[in-house]
Amino acid sequence: MLRFIVRRLLQLIPILLGLSVLLFAWLRALPGGPAQAALGERATPEAIARYNELFGLDEPLIVQYLRFLGRAVRLDFGTSARTGRPVTTEFLERMPGTIELTVFAMVFAIGVGIPLGYLAARKHGSWLDSTSVIGSLLGVAIPVFFLAYLLRLLFAVELGWLPGSGRQDVRMDATRITNFYVLDGLLTREWDAAWDAVLHLILPAIALGTIPLAIIVRITRASVLDVVNEDYVRTANAKGLATSTVRRRHIIRNALLPVSTTIGLQTGLLLSGAVLTESVFSFGGVGSALYDALFARDFAILQGFILMLAIVYVLVNLLVDISYGLLDPRVRVR
Amino acid sequence: MTRRHTRALAASAAALVAVTLSACASSDRDSGEGEGGEAQSGGTFVFGATGDPAMLDPAFGSDGETFRVSRQIFEGLLGNELGGTDPVPELAEDWEVSDDGLEYTFNLQQDVKFHDGTDFNAEAVCFNFDRWYNFEGLAQSPSASYYYQAVFGGFASTPDTPSIYESCEATDENTAVIRLTSVTSKFPAALALPAFSIQSPTALQEYNADELSGSEDALTYSEYALEHPVGTGPFTFDSWDRGNGEVTIVRNEDYWGEAAKLDEIIIRTISDGNTRRQELESGSIDGYDFVSPADYETLEDTGAQVLVRDPFNILYLGMNGGNVPDSGANPALQDPRVRQAIAHAIDRETIVNSLLPDGAEQATQFMPPTVDGWADDVTTYDYDVEKSKSLLAEAGATGTTLRFFYPTDVSRPYLPDPAAMFQVISQNLTDAGFTVQPTALPWNPDYLNAVQAGQADIHLLGWTGDYNDAYNFIGTFFAEASNNQASAEFGAFSAPEVFAALAEADAEPDPANRTEMYQEANRLIMDYLPAVPISHSPPALVVAENVQGLEPSPLTAEVFHTVSLTN
Repeated sequence: MLRFIVRRLLQLIPILLGLSVLLFAWLRALPGGPAQAALGERATPEAIARYNELFGLDEPLIVQYLRFLGRAVRLDFGTSARTGRPVTTEFLERMPGTIELTVFAMVFAIGVGIPLGYLAARKHGSWLDSTSVIGSLLGVAIPVFFLAYLLRLLFAVELGWLPGSGRQDVRMDATRITNFYVLDGLLTREWDAAWDAVLHLILPAIALGTIPLAIIVRITRASVLDVVNEDYVRTANAKGLATSTVRRRHIIRNALLPVSTTIGLQTGLLLSGAVLTESVFSFGGVGSALYDALFARDFAILQGFILMLAIVYVLVNLLVDISYGLLDPRVRVR
Repeated sequence: MTRRHTRALAASAAALVAVTLSACASSDRDSGEGEGGEAQSGGTFVFGATGDPAMLDPAFGSDGETFRVSRQIFEGLLGNELGGTDPVPELAEDWEVSDDGLEYTFNLQQDVKFHDGTDFNAEAVCFNFDRWYNFEGLAQSPSASYYYQAVFGGFASTPDTPSIYESCEATDENTAVIRLTSVTSKFPAALALPAFSIQSPTALQEYNADELSGSEDALTYSEYALEHPVGTGPFTFDSWDRGNGEVTIVRNEDYWGEAAKLDEIIIRTISDGNTRRQELESGSIDGYDFVSPADYETLEDTGAQVLVRDPFNILYLGMNGGNVPDSGANPALQDPRVRQAIAHAIDRETIVNSLLPDGAEQATQFMPPTVDGWADDVTTYDYDVEKSKSLLAEAGATGTTLRFFYPTDVSRPYLPDPAAMFQVISQNLTDAGFTVQPTALPWNPDYLNAVQAGQADIHLLGWTGDYNDAYNFIGTFFAEASNNQASAEFGAFSAPEVFAALAEADAEPDPANRTEMYQEANRLIMDYLPAVPISHSPPALVVAENVQGLEPSPLTAEVFHTVSLTN
C-alpha cells in the first residue's frame, strides 16, 4: 500500500511539470498580456514597453518560464496583480470557502442522489423512475448561472428565506480563525455566525450540487439495476434471507462501489474550483478568484491557483483510489 | 419495505423544510434591526460595487472602484460641488492665482485633523505635493501614478520628462503656496481628483507609503496602501476583507465639517449584474452602481430609487485615415468628404431614443454642454442620407468598404449595448452606400488594443470626464501625440491647427480667454472631423426605498456622508 501511494505521488511530478508548461504557454499567448491589464485602457505603447522591461516580460519565454519554475518549487507563485498579495496567501485564505461549499454540495448530492437513484431502480419503469432520469438530465444540462438566478429569485427575493450571495452577512462581525466560517462560528461559540454561514451555503451548494446529484442518481440507478439481477442476489433470495438483509448486505453494498468512485471524482472536480457558481454567488472561494483573475489577466493567480488545484485534484483522486482499495479488496491485490 | 424508504425521503424533506423555516426566522430577525421611527441617523449602508478597489492610497489610484472608497475617507484641497462637476473649495478655504498663472496661494481650513489625530496644515499639504513629485522607481510607473503624470508630467528625478510642478511652500500654518513651471488649464481643477487627496504625513511615513515592490507580474503596494489609509474625510477606514471583497468604513466622530449620518458603510464587490439587482431586491444591499437601462422599470416597480446622473461622457465613432504604418486602415477616410458622408449617415435621433436611457442627448462635439469651452456654433452634420450619398459619389468612394470594430462582453456608461449600437450604425452606413465589414472583439484587452493601435477603419469608443475641463475631453482625444500626428486610434491624422489650438488653450491662464479658445478648438475639430461625436448618455445608480440624501454625481463621484436610512 505504501509503495502504491509513493508511486502515485511520484507520478505527480511529470503531471505538474507538463501542466505548468501548458499553462505558461497558454497565458502568454493571450493578447494584451499583463502590462495592458495593469496599465489600463489608455496605456501608451511606450508605457507598456517600460512595464515589460521593468518586470522582465520582454525576456525570452524560456527564461521567464525557468524563473517561474524556480520560484514555484518553493510554492512561491509571486504576487497577484490585482491585490498585490502573495498568491499562496490568497489561495490559503480562499480554499476553506471552496472546501465548505464542496462539502455542502456533496452532502446535498449524496443525500438526495443515492436514495433517489435507489428508489428509481426499485420502481424501474414507474413515473418516479422516468422523473428522476429526466430530472438528472436537466440537472446536468441547466446552466449554473440560470439555476442560480432562479434559486435566488425564489428563495432570496420572493420568499426572503435564504441569503442570495456571499459567505456571511456583511453586517456580522464574526471572529475568523480557520477561514472555515461554519467551523469558526462553532469554535468561537458564535452560533449566530455559524448558522448564518450555513444559510449562505445552501443556495450555492444546491446550484453546485445539481451536476453531481444528477450523475449520482444515474450511476446509483444503473448500478442497483445491475446488482439486482446478479446470481448472488437470486441465491440470497432463494435461500430465504429476509428481504431487508438482501438489500442491505447484497444489493446496496455492492451497488455503492461504483457510486463511491463517482463521488470521489466529483468531489475532486468541485474542489478544483466552482468557477461559475462561486462568481454568480459572489462566494469568496478559489473559483471566484480564478474568474476575476481570468478577466484581469492576473497571470500569477491563474498559474498558481491552477497548479495548486491540480495538486488538490490529484491528491483527492489518490484518496479515492486508496478508499476503493479498502472497500474492495480485489483492487488492493493488483 | 418500500414504505420505509419513502419514510426516509419524507424525513429528509422534513429536514429541508425545517432548514428553510429557520432560515425564514433568521432573516426576519436580521431585518428587525434598526426598526422604528423616521429618518433616523446611524445604521449600516451596504453598497454593491462592480469590483474591488485596487488599493487604498488614492495617489496610486486611477479606477472608479478605488476612488469610490477614497472619496469617503479622503479630501483634497478642492472637491467637487455636490451633484455637479465644478471644483469647489474643500480643504482649501479659497485660493488666489498670480497674474502669470504660475503661483497659487491656498488658504487652508483651520482646526482640521487627520484620522490619526495629527494636524492638517500647510506643511501637510506641501508634504503631499513633494511626495508625488519625488516618487521614485516603481511609483513612477504609469499604472501607479497615472493621474499625477497626466496633470503634472514628470518627476524630480526625470529631467527628460519635466514636471510642471515647481515647489510648495508653507508660508504659515494655514497658507500653502504652490508654484508651477508653466500654465495649464488642468490646474487647479484637477486637484479635485481623489488622486490628489491630502493624506496624513505621519501615517504615510510610518507605513512606508512610497515603498512599492514588484515582481514581473504585479506591483505590490505598501502597507499604508493596503491597510492604513489616513485622511481627513467624514469616514475612517475600518477593514478590508479581501476574500469576500468587503471594505468597511465607519463614521469619523471628529470630522471638521458636518458629520456623516451613517454609522458604517460596507462597500461589497458583487461582480455579476444580475446578482447585484437581486441582492438589492432581497434587501441584502442598499444600493449599487451601473444599473442596466433595461432594469430601470423593474427596479422602480419594486420601490427602489433609480438615480440618473447628468450625462458627463461622450460616445464617438472613431475614424482612421490610415496614417499608421502597417495598420492596413482605409486611406479613403483621409478624404474629408468621406468622413462627412459617414457623419451625415448616422441617425443620432434614433440612437438616442431607442438605444440609450432617458436623459441621453445627441452630441454635436466631443464634450458635454456643461463643460466650459462647449461651442454652440460648431459645424454640425445632421442625419441626411441623400447628402451622404452625394458626398460619397463626389469623392468617388461609393461602396467603400469600412472595417467596423465594436466591443463585446461590455457595457460602458456611454455605451450600454455595443452590439445594438453597431447594428444601427452599420445599417445607417449601408443605407448611405458604404459596405460594412464587422469585427467584434472582447473589450479588454483585445478590442482596446486593436482600436488604439489603429487597426480599425471605424470603431465605437467613448470617455467619461474626470473633472470639468475641456482638455480632459478633447485634449485626451486629439492632442498631438508625436511628430505632428494625433494618436493611432484616430489614424495619426495630422491637423497642425487643431494641435496648436489645443496646446494654446491649455496654456492660457485667463479662464474667460481659455473658454473662448476651447470653443475655437471645438469649431476646428468639428470642421476637420477626425471622428463622429454621437451621444452623451447618463449612467445611473440605484438605492433602496429607505435610502435618503444620496446626490448622484455626473463624475460618478458620489460622497456618502449625506446619506441616511429611514426606518
